[in-house]
This record gives sequence, C-alpha cells and structure tokens, in this order.
Amino acid sequence: MPKVGTWFREKINRRGLLWGGISAAGGSVICASGASLAQSGHSGHAAVSVAAPASIRDHGAAHGAMITVGEVDDARNGFDPAKLLTDWETGSVSTLPDGEILRTFEVEAVDKEIEIAPGIMFPAWTYNGRVPGPSLRATEGERLRIVFRNSGSHPHSMHFHGIHAARMDGVPGAGLVDPGEEFVYEFNARPFGCHLYHCHALPLKRHIHKGMYGLFVIDPDPARHPELADVTRSRLLGTPENAEWQEFAMVMNGFDTNFDDENEVYAVNTVAHAYMKRPIRIVRDRPVRVYLANIVEFDPINSFHLHANFFDYFEQGTTLTPTLRTVDLITQVQAQRGILEFTYRDHETGLYMFHPHQSEFTELGWAGMFDVVEAVA
Amino acid sequence: MNEASPIATADSTPVEARKSRTALLWLILPLAALGLAISWLLIADPLKNFGNGAPPVENLTFERTILSSDGIRILVRAGGSEPMAIAQVQVDGAYWRFTQEPVGPIGRGATAWLHLPFPWVLGEAHAINVVTNTGATFEHEIAVAVPTPTRDATSLASQALLGVLVGVVPVAIGMMFYPALRGVGRNGMNFLLALTVGLLAFLFVDATAEAFELAGESAALFQGQAMVALAAAASFLLLMTAGRRRGVPTGLALAIFIALGIGLHNLGEGLAIGAAFAAGAAGLGTFLVLGFMLHNITEGIGISAPMLKVRPPLWTFVGLALLAGGPAVIGLWIGSLAYAPQWSALFLAIGAGAILQVVVEVTAYLMRSDGRSSAALTAPATVAGLAVGVAFMYVTAMLVKV
Repeated sequence: MPKVGTWFREKINRRGLLWGGISAAGGSVICASGASLAQSGHSGHAAVSVAAPASIRDHGAAHGAMITVGEVDDARNGFDPAKLLTDWETGSVSTLPDGEILRTFEVEAVDKEIEIAPGIMFPAWTYNGRVPGPSLRATEGERLRIVFRNSGSHPHSMHFHGIHAARMDGVPGAGLVDPGEEFVYEFNARPFGCHLYHCHALPLKRHIHKGMYGLFVIDPDPARHPELADVTRSRLLGTPENAEWQEFAMVMNGFDTNFDDENEVYAVNTVAHAYMKRPIRIVRDRPVRVYLANIVEFDPINSFHLHANFFDYFEQGTTLTPTLRTVDLITQVQAQRGILEFTYRDHETGLYMFHPHQSEFTELGWAGMFDVVEAVA
Repeated sequence: MNEASPIATADSTPVEARKSRTALLWLILPLAALGLAISWLLIADPLKNFGNGAPPVENLTFERTILSSDGIRILVRAGGSEPMAIAQVQVDGAYWRFTQEPVGPIGRGATAWLHLPFPWVLGEAHAINVVTNTGATFEHEIAVAVPTPTRDATSLASQALLGVLVGVVPVAIGMMFYPALRGVGRNGMNFLLALTVGLLAFLFVDATAEAFELAGESAALFQGQAMVALAAAASFLLLMTAGRRRGVPTGLALAIFIALGIGLHNLGEGLAIGAAFAAGAAGLGTFLVLGFMLHNITEGIGISAPMLKVRPPLWTFVGLALLAGGPAVIGLWIGSLAYAPQWSALFLAIGAGAILQVVVEVTAYLMRSDGRSSAALTAPATVAGLAVGVAFMYVTAMLVKV
C-alpha cells in the first residue's frame, strides 16, 4: 500500500487557502470575548451575549478564554503597569543665574530581564529599569538637562523628538554613550506637545524593540498662550485645572521574544493584558486625557480604538485645539503620538474597552478596559 | 562471595580463581573510573567556563492532536538541554487560556498534555504556537480541523472497512490469478518471480523513503534516521536467520515470508493513514480507493508466485491474504487512536527490512527453480518481469499521488 501515507500528508495541506478566512473570522469575535471575560469579575454588570455560529457555541464558555494565563510578577519586574499610567518623572528644578528654569533628569541605561506576559521573560534593555522608560514631563521653555549614564552592555543614547542642536541629537557621533560612560543632553523644552525619546544606537530596530523608549511630554506654558489660557492651564501638570483631568501615559509597544523580526507579544505599557485583567479606574464625571505614543517595531502601523465613545485628538500634542474632532479610532506609525481627550460623563458606569483595531495585536496582548465608576472609593 | 569460590571448587587450580578475580577487578576498575569522572563533573563543575550566558537549547515536538467538542488537546514532548517551561499558548495568533498536565517544567524526553478550550472551526486550518518562558516559540499546524475519531464502534468499523478495501481485498484479488498462472512454463515462472521482486523493490524504496521522512518529524532524541536504519537492518537479519533455519525457504514458506514483509509494511502505512484520519484527512474519494486497490493487486500475484509448483489448500490463501493485508486494519486503528511519527517510522523500517529479506529469497528461489543459477537473472523473461513489476507499481502509484 505504498504512497498512501504520503498522499494524505500532502493532500491535507490546505492551510494556505484557508488562512485569510480564519483571520477575518477571528476579528469579529474578539471584542465581545474580551468584554465577557473581564465582566465575569464584576458581577454588577450584565453579561455580554454573543451571537456565535452553532459550531462555536458548542464550545460553551470558550469565548472568555482568549487571554494569557497567569499573572506577571510586578515586584520582580520592579514596575507596575497600573502605576506606569500616572508615574510622571518631573526631575529636579532649579533656577539659572539668568532667571531661566533648569529642569534636570537623571536616566540610566540598564540591562534587565523583564516579564512581558505571564511566564514569558524578555532580556530587555531599559531606561531606569523599566519599559517603557520614565515618562519625562517638563514645561515649555524650560532649560532641560538630561544626565544619561550607560550601565548597560552596549552603547546607547537618548534621541529626543524635540528641537535641539545637532550635538544633542543622541545619534552615533553626537551623544552616543559607551557602556560605563555618561553624557548630558541639554536643550530647551520646545515645542510643547506629546513627544518621545528612544535609543538611536545601531542597529536601530534591535535597540528600540529591546525596550529603549519613553514618553517626553512638554506642557504648554499658559503665559505664552493667553488666548487659550484655560486650555493651557489644564494641560500644565500641577495646576488646579490640570488636577481635574485624569491623565494617563500610554506607550504602545511589542516584543519579539524569539528574535525572528515578528512580535510575539503586543501591549500598551509592556505587560500583555495588564489593563484587561486590572481595568483602569476612571471617575465618570471627570475628563480623561491620554498621552499616547506608538513605538511598535516590525509592524508599520498601530492604532487606538475606544469603545462606546468618541474623543478629540491632538496630533503630536503641539496644538491647543484638536486636530481631529469626534473620532473613535486613530492610527499611528512608529514614533507617531498624540493626545486623546474624552469623557464618560454621559455614559453609564461600567467597563469600556480600548484596543488597537488590528485584531492581531489585540489577540496577542494589546487590549485594556476603562472601569468607569461614580467616584473613587 | 569471591572468597568462597576457591574453597567450593577446591579441586580447581588457584590460578584459575586468581584469573577470574583479576578479570572481575578489570571489570570494576573502569566502572569506578566512570563513577569518579561523573562525580567530579557534577561536584567541581570543570566545564563552567563553557557557560556563556546563552539561554538553554529548547526543542518541542508535537506528537498528537485531539480535537473534540471541548476544544483542542495536544501532546508535546520536550527535548531541551534543561526542563522546559511552557508560558503561554497562541492559537491562530491569539493568546488562549490553557491547562497543562502534568503542570510545571517538562523534563527532557518527557511529555505533557496541553488543553485549550478553543472553538475550532470544522474543515478549516488552525495554528498552535507554544511560547516558552525564554520567549522561544514552537509552531504546530492543524491542517484541517475535524473531530478526532473516538474509540467507538462506528469509527472503528469504518476504518476496518477502509483497511480491508485497500489492504486485504487487492491481495485476495491478486491471488485469484493463481489458477491461471499455474500452467506457466519456465519463462513464465521467471517473469512472475521477477515481477514480484520488482514490486517488492518498489515497496522497499517507498517504505524506506517514507520511514526517513516520518523519522524527521519525530522528536530529536529518538534519532529517527539511525532508528530507521537499525530497525530495517535488524528485521532483515532476523528474518534471514529465521527463514534459513530449516534451509532456504521455498514454496509456501517463501509465500508466507513475502506476505509477512508486505504485512509489516502495511502496518506502518496503516499507522500513517490512521494518523492522517485523526488529523482530518478523511475526505477519501472512491477514485483513490480504486487506485490503491489496483496498485496493490500485484502484491497478491507476488505472494502466489512461489506457490505455483505446490498445491496449497484454500485456507492458506485466506491466511496469506490476512497476513499481508490485515495489518493495514490494525495500523489504521492504532494510528487514529494513539499516534506518534516515530512509531510509524519504526514499523515502516521493520517492513522495509522484511521486504529486503524476501527480495533476497525470491531472487534465490528464481535462480534455483530456473536451474541456470545466475544466468537466469539476465534472461529476457526475468528482466522483463522486473521492469514490468517496477513500472506497474510506479504507474499505478500515480493514481494515488495527488
């Protein structure tokens, strides 16, 4: 009976043809599945009912199963995704002889193995031992001094998206720091907006996806924008107007754990499904502002979709009026970033999902929930 | 205890006792040296300079996949340099909840079951991707998702029917040529025996190639290639020795050996088909079954050829047909219920060795029955039979090669 087995093994290889259909079908069930899963932990909310084809319904509770298994050890990682959201690094402030305000940040490059999804360890290169690196926050017009020490095993740099001299660009030949060395980047904080910094050592892909990036937010100075003083004050960290807002730092990132130039894990702020398992609590009556940046390597685009709501978008945060009004989805290429403003004031309390509208990223860990409540207990 | 022996055998010379004591010493000494070397390696760790900080080598082989109404179960075998920890499992590029049994890291060579409550789609393809704690990934493809056959009477019966159709029936039909072939002369006999050698040679090449291919799919620690070569050689030598214990096999004995060789080969094939069934390739067309039947008819002729000069009772034919074709049924059953590529490779290799044995014996029989010894091998009828045998197998294989 020769060839029978061979024939079977070749004949059944229909995967290539079917692949497209499956990925399309996968996308349609994802949103509902995440919702029902997270809601099971919040008994107060009605369960989402899903109209599934008969073949899927046979599998019972399988819908809630599309999630990573287990918990990430935040203590071992040394950072907690819940705290990364609001952990702004403001450095130390002093006044220069000419009256200018000097803000100094200290950043250290460290090699560190981090847990990016339950049980999956990633040999990261970090700024200050965390991925994303510290969310640096300054005010427009200040003199900035970033003392960068490289305690890692490879040359690194900090390349800021901002306005500065060539000498301060953080590229090979201008602020690339060898292991054990130190460099001070110095420039003025401008333009105001939602920016980022990342390592610009070569090869660039590897240095970025290993974890060397962070938010760099410059708040507008109300004195320079008298025409929109209220708006400006609401953006300036530390003002009473700003305290009304619920501000979150979010960096969309990904990890290629087997180094095949494709990401195995996607997330916002590193840990897969972190905000799915522990939704971000927001108070219904207070507005929300998200400083969002995309740093995902290997994929050309990322996106942010908010469930059941629309938001105003400030592209790169360099304007005080929205560049996009009333949208529920924005896309970002690598290093693109912006500010999202929205409110759930007119909504019911409950869990509202957010995720990229690339189902692939969502299913590989980049998805989260806002838990809208009446008031914080 | 060694002290006692010289006393007990007081008559034997002390020289002999001393000799055996020395031999024992030389047996113990190298073993003791080995023990010392192992303890030194473990305690002093002299190879620590080779530790370059690289992560451990990991390897994972997927041995079985079971699809049922409660999701997907896969049996994985670890083959890493250290125990491996499975951190997450993706299905079709989505992290999916899973349970592992037994839990914890999987030791080298050990297996574990992974259960995923995944809503697989009938007739479509799925991909499993296992992510370990180091971030390494191991992919497994479910080419066509169909429910895995369970141990119920219906599926066992339908597999038995398929096994009988492609295994037993063609052999029996081939044997029905027996009365017509009985009258052939010397040239006709040479032609038929050479035809048998030709078809067996084809099966040998086919079985060997497939055994090596399947061996490549099995876990590295089984050393599939070496296993196939050794199993084939062992079965060849064993059957040669057994076959020649009472002289060179002829007539019925030779027919039995041919049937056994074909049967062992069919067992391996049956395992592979059963596994293909389990993997979802049950869409077997009538045309293909017809192709297999035509292809395998020569096996019946081949088994009959050495018996043309004797007149065996009818039940012999029944027994031979079952011996040659029956293992296909058994293979199908085992293959669909408990399958791993190394088993299929092993049985195909044993079959290849057995076929090689009958190739040798049928050739020897041909030379003897002809009376011209090796001159018979180059006789036109022999060469023609050989060519027709191989060509027939090759051409009919085209029918089933899609």
